[in-house]
Amino acid sequence: MKQKIVENPKNLASLFKDGQTILTGGFGIVGTPLTIIDVISETDVKHLHVVSNNLGDYGMGLHQLFMQGKIDKATGSFFTINKEAVIAWSKGELDIDLLPQGTLAEAIRCGGAGIGGFYTKTAVGTELAKGKEERIIDGERYIFEKAIRGDVAIIRAHKADRLGNLTYYKTARNFNPMMATATDIVIAEVDEIVEVGELEPEHIVTPHVYVDYIVKTEYTKEGDRFVKS
Amino acid sequence: MSNLDVRHKIAKRIAEELEDGQAINLGIGIPTLVATYAEGKELYFQSENGLLGIGAPPTPEELDAELINAGKEPVTITSGASFFSSADSFGMIRGGHIDVAVLGILQVNTKGQIANWAVPNQPILGVGGAMDLVTGAKKVIGAATLFTKDGSPKVVKELTYPISGIRQIDLLVTDYAVFNFENGEIGVTELLGDLTLEELSERIGIQLNWRGTDDKSRGNSICNT
Repeated sequence: MKQKIVENPKNLASLFKDGQTILTGGFGIVGTPLTIIDVISETDVKHLHVVSNNLGDYGMGLHQLFMQGKIDKATGSFFTINKEAVIAWSKGELDIDLLPQGTLAEAIRCGGAGIGGFYTKTAVGTELAKGKEERIIDGERYIFEKAIRGDVAIIRAHKADRLGNLTYYKTARNFNPMMATATDIVIAEVDEIVEVGELEPEHIVTPHVYVDYIVKTEYTKEGDRFVKS
Repeated sequence: MSNLDVRHKIAKRIAEELEDGQAINLGIGIPTLVATYAEGKELYFQSENGLLGIGAPPTPEELDAELINAGKEPVTITSGASFFSSADSFGMIRGGHIDVAVLGILQVNTKGQIANWAVPNQPILGVGGAMDLVTGAKKVIGAATLFTKDGSPKVVKELTYPISGIRQIDLLVTDYAVFNFENGEIGVTELLGDLTLEELSERIGIQLNWRGTDDKSRGNSICNT
């Protein structure tokens, strides 16, 4: 059995390189791999392209990497909550590719499933359709959206077994299962690591073939916050 | 009527449109208030971050940082609720499996096309699920106060705010009237404020057709009751 468990998160640092595209799970801060992001923040890595719904929240998660100047480009659906990101974008210091949230999710799903892209009705006739191919299917207008893939996915799951099978917790699932399929390297941050056979096969959302590394989270929940333990 | 009361009045009217057994997605703002007026109906509230079956707001003991709605507020779940990924969630939305989306709107044109995701001359950096919801839900109900703080009507001939999609919404509920859009034309089905149909047409600068069932509610009825 391939050893996927990384006891010390700091050992993940060598996986990150300048200019990588990093798919990062999370909606707001929920379902964000905060421990892995802390590892990236301690490296010299820069010029990153992140694909994530938003750039963190409460100054945590990707917001931290953005404030360190590590992010050149962000692809996602909701960046208005990050005032600093809006300012950086206005100054031309941050490149943003804005996609409707469902288009973002589907583009990643396609990226991981060997599909080059898809046609969707979402955003037809809007500013987000500019420059995109349009096609009529069964009498209705659709636009083409290209699939998204990346170099590394950093995801947040609930339980992992030693093979790398993953389950998720409540609304912390969000973009994580698709991101786990759409990159060459997948690192899962989890609450708990269990023995093979302990997870009910029917409960496994991400089968182990997708997962390369597993690390235990260093964060716990306190009320509606996440704190480093 | 205070702004808060007005928002509740709109939410209450929208709740009347919802029917037992429907799957509903409520947007942020006035739409969120709709749930409180829909008690007693068997409704399944969906949240686009991956939940079908939103329950009541949590007590301090129930609070779970990893259980939130699309507005990032903590929620609980109902019996029979399910969790799923964002891709599945938007498949549910785009695929027409959500019966009603209630969306806050910034502007609507006379055809029923809406603007609800960006304002002019501001950086466009957030869209979230707005475009997917307006495109995919079986029925879309718009919720808004009819006039902005500076008195401009939100019902306009041509949108000056960025459009959210080409789909025409089904119903718009405001503090002054309920509007529908038939064959690409706006009409009024109900008056809810202190303006008659003629006064309303004048205030928004668009001649409105009456499509209500009760002729008396065209005007004056509010003054008489």
